[in-house]
Amino acid sequence: MLPFFLYVAVFLVLPIVVLSVEAFRATDPDTFEETWSTGSITAITEGAFRRAYLGSLRLSVICAVLGAVIGLTLAVAVLRTKRGRLLRRLVLTASGVLANFGGIPLAFAFIATIGTQGVITALLTDTLGLGLGGFSLYSMAGLTLVYLYFLIPLMVLTITPALEALRPQWREAADNLGASGWQYWRYVGGPVLAPPVIGATMLLFASSFAAYATAKALVGSSVPLVTLQIADALSSNVTVGSENLGKALALGMVLLIGLVMIFYAWVQRRTQRWLA
Amino acid sequence: MTSLTGVAGAGGVAPETPVRPARRGTGAWRFAVLAVLGLYFIVPIGASVWFTVRDRRNGGVTFGTYTQIPGAEGFADAFTRSLLLAVLTVVLSLLLMVPTVVLVELRLPRLRTAVELLTLMPLVLPPIALVVGVRSVLAWAPDYFLNTPLADAFFALQEPALPWILVLVYVVLALPFVYRALDAGVRGSDLKTLTEAARNLGASWPRVLVSVVLPVLRTSVLNASFLAFALVLGEFTIAAILGFETFPTWIVRISGSEPKLSVAVSVLSLLITWALLLLISALDRRRGTKENS
Repeated sequence: MLPFFLYVAVFLVLPIVVLSVEAFRATDPDTFEETWSTGSITAITEGAFRRAYLGSLRLSVICAVLGAVIGLTLAVAVLRTKRGRLLRRLVLTASGVLANFGGIPLAFAFIATIGTQGVITALLTDTLGLGLGGFSLYSMAGLTLVYLYFLIPLMVLTITPALEALRPQWREAADNLGASGWQYWRYVGGPVLAPPVIGATMLLFASSFAAYATAKALVGSSVPLVTLQIADALSSNVTVGSENLGKALALGMVLLIGLVMIFYAWVQRRTQRWLA
Repeated sequence: MTSLTGVAGAGGVAPETPVRPARRGTGAWRFAVLAVLGLYFIVPIGASVWFTVRDRRNGGVTFGTYTQIPGAEGFADAFTRSLLLAVLTVVLSLLLMVPTVVLVELRLPRLRTAVELLTLMPLVLPPIALVVGVRSVLAWAPDYFLNTPLADAFFALQEPALPWILVLVYVVLALPFVYRALDAGVRGSDLKTLTEAARNLGASWPRVLVSVVLPVLRTSVLNASFLAFALVLGEFTIAAILGFETFPTWIVRISGSEPKLSVAVSVLSLLITWALLLLISALDRRRGTKENS
C-alpha cells in the first residue's frame, strides 16, 4: 500500500500544496527578492482575471446544464425504445468512444466543419447562400457547441446505470395506486434520479471548467477563460511575478472546484437522508 | 461520490435489464432526438474527412494529405515520443495499481474508501492546476537545490527527448480509469477464494500473483492499459505547459502553416483512439458473455 500512498502524495498532493503556498509569494521587480504577499490573490479578483473566471464559470454552467438535459433526453429516448437492444448497444458504445474524444483532434474536426474554411460553412454560405446567421466557432457559443460533443456522451454514460436502476415495478405500483405520470415522476422517479443526475452534472461542470486543449486550439486567447489566462501568465517572460499570478489563478480554480464538490456532497447527504 | 464511480470510460456497457416500453405517444420525439443528435455527432467527422480528401484544384478526391503525414517535419519524432510515453505510463500504472487493488481486496478492505477517493481526485481536479503545481516543484531545482544530486535528478526528469516527468504525471491522470477498470475485474472474480486455494496448495505470494491474479485480471488489465494508452496519446495540457513536444502539441504547432495536414492527423489520431476503445468494449462484451454462459 505504501507505494500507492507515497506516489499520490508526491505527484498529486505535493504539487497542489506547493501551489497553494507559493500563490502567496511575490517577487520584487527590482531586487528579485521573494516575500510573502497577497498581491497575486487580490490581482486575480480584478479586471481581466475576474472576467476570465466569470467567463469560465458561465461557459461551464451553460455546458453542464445543456449537456445534462440533452444527455438525459438521449438516454431516456434510447432506453424507452421498443426492441431497442441494438440501438442501445450502439449508442452506449458510441458514447464510450466519444466521451473520450476531447482535446486537440476535436477542435480541428470542428474547424474543418464550421470554421472559416469549413465544409459546412462553405455549404451554407456559398452553395445555399444562407450564411451562419452570426454564429462563430471562435466564440463562447462555438466553444459550447464543441464541448457538448464530448459532454453529451459523458452524460449518457454516467446516467444510464441510474436510469436502468429505476425498476418497472415502481411505475406499475404507482399506476395501480392511481398515480398520474406527473405524480410518478414528482414523487418516485424524480427523487430517485436526482442524486445521480446532480452528480453527473457536477462532473460535466468540472470537465468543461478544466478544459484547456480544445479552447487553446480553437480561440487562442480571444475568449476570456481562466485556463487560457493561466497558460498566458506562465508563458509570459516579460512581467516579473507573472509566474505567481499563474499559481494564484490555478489555486482559484482548485478552490472553486472544491466548493462545487462540497456543495455536491451536501446535496448527496440531504437527498440520501430524505430517501432513507 | 457514488455516481461519479459510474465513469469507467469506454465500454462500460452494463447488462441489459428489461425496460418497460412507453405506453403512449408514437415515439416521434424519440425519433427526432435520435436523428438530430445523430447528425450532430456524424457531421463533424464526415466533414473533417471530406475537408482532407477533396481536391480543390482539380475536383474529385485525393489522399495526398494522408500520404504526406509520415514525411512531415517533426511528425516521426513527436509520434514515437508519444507512443513511448504511452507505453511507459501503462507499465508504471499497472506496476503501481495492480498490487494496490489486489491488496485492498484481499488484506486491507478498510482502506478501500481512501483509495477510491484519492483515485477519483484527478477526475475533478483541473489538470492545468496540477501542472502549475508540478512546475513550481520542478523550479526548486535551479532555485534551491543547485549543484546537488536532487537537482540533477530533477533535470534528468525533464530531458526533452524522453520527458519522464510527463510519465509520472500521466500516471496520476490515468488513476481514475486504471483503478476503476482493475477494481471492476477484482470484484467480478472470486479472487479471495482463488488466492487462498493457491496458498493452501503451497504457492508463494509472487507465484500467486503471476499464476493466479494476473490471469484472472487479464481482461481488466488490458482494459486499463488501453484507456491509459488512449489518454496519453491525446493529452495536451500537461505537455504544452511544461514545454515538451508530443503528438498533440505537434499538431497545434503545424496547424498554422499546414491546416489541412493538422485536420488529417486529427482524423487519423481519432481513428487510432476509437479503434483502441472499440477493442475494449469488444473485450468487455466477450467477458460478459463468458460469465453469463
